[in-house]
Amino acid sequence: MTAATGIGARVLRTEDKRFLTGTGRYVDDLPLARATYAYFLRSPHAHAKIKSIDVSAAAKLPGVVNIFTGKDLVDAKVGGLICGWVVKDKHGQPHKSPAHPVMAVDTVRYVGDTVAMVVANTYDEAKDAAEAIKVDYDVKTANIDLAKALDKGAPEVHPEAPGNLVYDWEIGVKADVDAAFAKAAHVTKLDLINNRLIPNAMEPRAAAADYDKGTGNYTLWSTSQNPHVLRLILSAFVLGIPEHKLRVVAPDVGGGFGSKIFCYADETMVCWAASRVGRPIKWTAERSESFQTDCHGRDHVTHAELALDKDGKFLALKVETIANMGAYLSTFSTAVPTYLYATLLAGQYTTPLIYANVKAALTHTAPVDAYRGAGRPEATFVIESIVSKAAAEMKIDAAELRRKNFIPSTAFPYQTPVALQYDSGNYPPIIDEAMKIADYKGFEARRAEAKSRGKLRGIGFSSYIEACGLAPSQVIGQLGGGVGQWESAQIKFNPTGNVQVMTGSHSHGQSHETTFAQIIHSKLGVPMEQIEIVHGDTATTPFGMGTYGSRSLAVGGSAIIKATEKIIAKGKKVAAHLMEASVADVEFENGVFKVTGTDKNVPLAQVVFAAYVPHNYPLADTEPGMDENAFYDPANFVYPAGTQICELEIDPETGTTEIVAFTAIDDFGNIINPMIVEGQVHGGIVQGVGQALMEGAVYDKSTGQLISGSYMDYTMPRADNFPSFKLGYKHTPCPHNPLGVKGCGEAGAIASPAAVMNAIHNALAPIGVKHVEMPATPLNVWQSIKGAQRQAAK
Amino acid sequence: MYDFSYHRPKSVADAIGLLKGKPEARAMSGGMTLIPTLKQRLARPSDVVDLGGVKELTGIKVEGNNVVIGGMTRHADVATSAEVKAAIPALAYLAGHIGDPQVRNRGTIGGSIANNDPAADYPGAVVALNATITTNTRKIAADDFFKGLFETALADGELVTSVSFPKVEKAAYMKFPNPASRYAMAGVFVAKTASGVRVAVTGAGATVFRVKAMEDALAKNFSSAAIKDIKIPADGLNSDIHGSAEYRAHLVGVMARRAVDAANK
Repeated sequence: MTAATGIGARVLRTEDKRFLTGTGRYVDDLPLARATYAYFLRSPHAHAKIKSIDVSAAAKLPGVVNIFTGKDLVDAKVGGLICGWVVKDKHGQPHKSPAHPVMAVDTVRYVGDTVAMVVANTYDEAKDAAEAIKVDYDVKTANIDLAKALDKGAPEVHPEAPGNLVYDWEIGVKADVDAAFAKAAHVTKLDLINNRLIPNAMEPRAAAADYDKGTGNYTLWSTSQNPHVLRLILSAFVLGIPEHKLRVVAPDVGGGFGSKIFCYADETMVCWAASRVGRPIKWTAERSESFQTDCHGRDHVTHAELALDKDGKFLALKVETIANMGAYLSTFSTAVPTYLYATLLAGQYTTPLIYANVKAALTHTAPVDAYRGAGRPEATFVIESIVSKAAAEMKIDAAELRRKNFIPSTAFPYQTPVALQYDSGNYPPIIDEAMKIADYKGFEARRAEAKSRGKLRGIGFSSYIEACGLAPSQVIGQLGGGVGQWESAQIKFNPTGNVQVMTGSHSHGQSHETTFAQIIHSKLGVPMEQIEIVHGDTATTPFGMGTYGSRSLAVGGSAIIKATEKIIAKGKKVAAHLMEASVADVEFENGVFKVTGTDKNVPLAQVVFAAYVPHNYPLADTEPGMDENAFYDPANFVYPAGTQICELEIDPETGTTEIVAFTAIDDFGNIINPMIVEGQVHGGIVQGVGQALMEGAVYDKSTGQLISGSYMDYTMPRADNFPSFKLGYKHTPCPHNPLGVKGCGEAGAIASPAAVMNAIHNALAPIGVKHVEMPATPLNVWQSIKGAQRQAAK
Repeated sequence: MYDFSYHRPKSVADAIGLLKGKPEARAMSGGMTLIPTLKQRLARPSDVVDLGGVKELTGIKVEGNNVVIGGMTRHADVATSAEVKAAIPALAYLAGHIGDPQVRNRGTIGGSIANNDPAADYPGAVVALNATITTNTRKIAADDFFKGLFETALADGELVTSVSFPKVEKAAYMKFPNPASRYAMAGVFVAKTASGVRVAVTGAGATVFRVKAMEDALAKNFSSAAIKDIKIPADGLNSDIHGSAEYRAHLVGVMARRAVDAANK
């Protein structure tokens, strides 16, 4: 199709018209007649027994409609929130699964745990009433410090998980790895912390619900990344509302980064209470609630060792990680530090033996679950940090050591020692291109020039691999995943020739309305302005798995392709009839059906019209209408890969880091819209640099109060923290999906923390700094420099 | 926020009248601290007296050797004022680096110094420039105005009507911003005026303070080399997740040297 709007074109975003003119419709924008407003009373303590809750004074305050506590849910036999992925420990036992009541019953387990729900005529009245609720807490010692969470005597979070251990999981054969280490010429050891992050979507979580007494139907509007999955969880496990009686709508959603995948207490309560209250209920989180109660991300303590031969060939990798689960197991929390983390530890390398042991720990902190990259950033950070450290120790150029160990392009499909089979890739040209664009050769001259200005300049690599578009469903099932991993699409032509495309994926910033329309335009020749992409409503879209893990294009886009094939196949039958030709002689190109070798043709729009007004139509063997469904279950994950190079300068007097250049070369397979992909890469890099230099969720280690609970103390990356990024692409199309595409949504965030931290270590090595943890804030860097100076003085 | 009575007087006299006898009433200038505080239900004033309608409190004028800035003058107006830029460019620079554009177009000099947030920028300039604060009842010297954490010499119901800054020979302000909030974590205002050299530090302690040792050294030799060995004691300085007291003490030295270098440019 035309390059201007089809696959590969930089089409401006359809959705920007409403987003840039303030006419997007978010959950909070919903006008609901007779609405009430909910406010949730949160626990001010990290760990306490609830001795009593007295709502009598609060219930009498003006405007109060109803107040609910955990006891009301017990009485109503409401189920608990679920963890949807059963991870089996190294003895084959399922993970410990402590109860997760929707609202606390007798114990609160983190600052922000839900204690009561007040429903009132206005939000302020609900808040006033919440202040009047008297909760008598018996405050207990809290288990906050992850590194000590599994120690003997650490305060216990749940009796169902003795010693706070959710699972002790492993992959690989430890004895084989140990044997390889025994023969190694060099072993590099690394202790690191993958810092805890708070997602900070621009739109806070929100929910609204309405119950229709006449029909018994519930409608829940929710800031969900996967409305069908949310409905399934609420129906089957938590509220027991039959699935066909619950409609979940996720309208415009302002960012999620994973945090809106999960089923939370808030939307559960809003939905449940709507029928009790008999009026619609609205709730939107305040920013402080987002900080306290959105599922946090990352939070690992890791020890890793890499064994190398004398030439720098990797012999084996050994990783031990303690992963923080927080106070309760969130929806997919258990899978993140196992199947989405340890299975990625081969990286881009031929490391023949890998052993990883992961212990998941409960703490009195907010639940931790998937956050942009979900396990893969943590894996990449381990690999790319230890590879750069090994290069420095063995005095081998960091790029050279990587190149020496890359999986050769001839080795694909490549079976790693940690379960995954990489389908395609070609890594050396990526790093070559990155080094060229970053002018790696000129770095030492730039370092010397920076030194003359009193600045310490460093350069760092990160060559990442990621696995996205979780698949296939059967494998995910074998690994303990509780859902299918296919995606759905429906292409519904209207009689006048325009088309609605229903997708089970959900856009909350990913620009599906543009990208998917480009696919339809390319495949069916329908003009862009006659294509409507419909998503986010269980009443209007086929069941689908939603959007996370960079799956929408690889899985959802492939489902759309399958549906276009059905449309074309049916259209050929109709066109053959209209042109009085044999179906076998009909071909379809650029929106027109033709009889091969003749000038006979009929446009798709005419075929569609004939399908809806079948006066001249092959009714004997073809149904009327032009409306096709497809479901697509991929054969494998897709494996985007790339290399990032970060160059930065540190002001040793203040510890401030300035990123002066940032190069990212990615292989996302085929690309539908390079402008949108660049936006994803930019955002990902910024998020990853945020983790490396700025962001960090900090809890007070004794009280469990969230110290970084607002933008006064939680540092978000801002535009003026960054130079313009230098991006480029290499393309090895995915061999097993029809578009040849891979995922691009998380790559930036997966790769960049290691690129930045390797550059920091490169900059600080000349003055003797050995290790800096993330985030490398000015204070942290300055203290590291001071520490090295003190060491040198000794 | 909790309910309160809202007033918008047109004169200082009316504003004073509205505040009188109401211990729980609060005057509001730009509202850049008060409004977030109200929204978080951290304050429960009986009345909010919005000074936004008091025209006599705004404006910048040059009176002899002084630049006089009305209490309700917004940071953006100070930052772009030709009079301020000509007489005390460092003051215009400081005002232009407070918060973000939204804050600079709402926040006022009187509100800032009356609030006396330990991380605010203006107190550094007021003390280093030895400004004089005029209220509805009296004049207060800068050194007597800032008393402690969020504490000033202002009595209940007393309003800052203007701040008078003497012209300078040389001055500069350098701040190290808190990475998250971008408030000053260590802001140093260095000024050389007819009456001598002053060095005032904001952001690092409970309230703005002067560094006598640096002032003495700079009076003899106004160069960064003159203060390079002067150590600031960390005792009593602020400490949080972004900066230990030791780090802040160190930053004061760095910012002071950079300010002197900038002033000499």
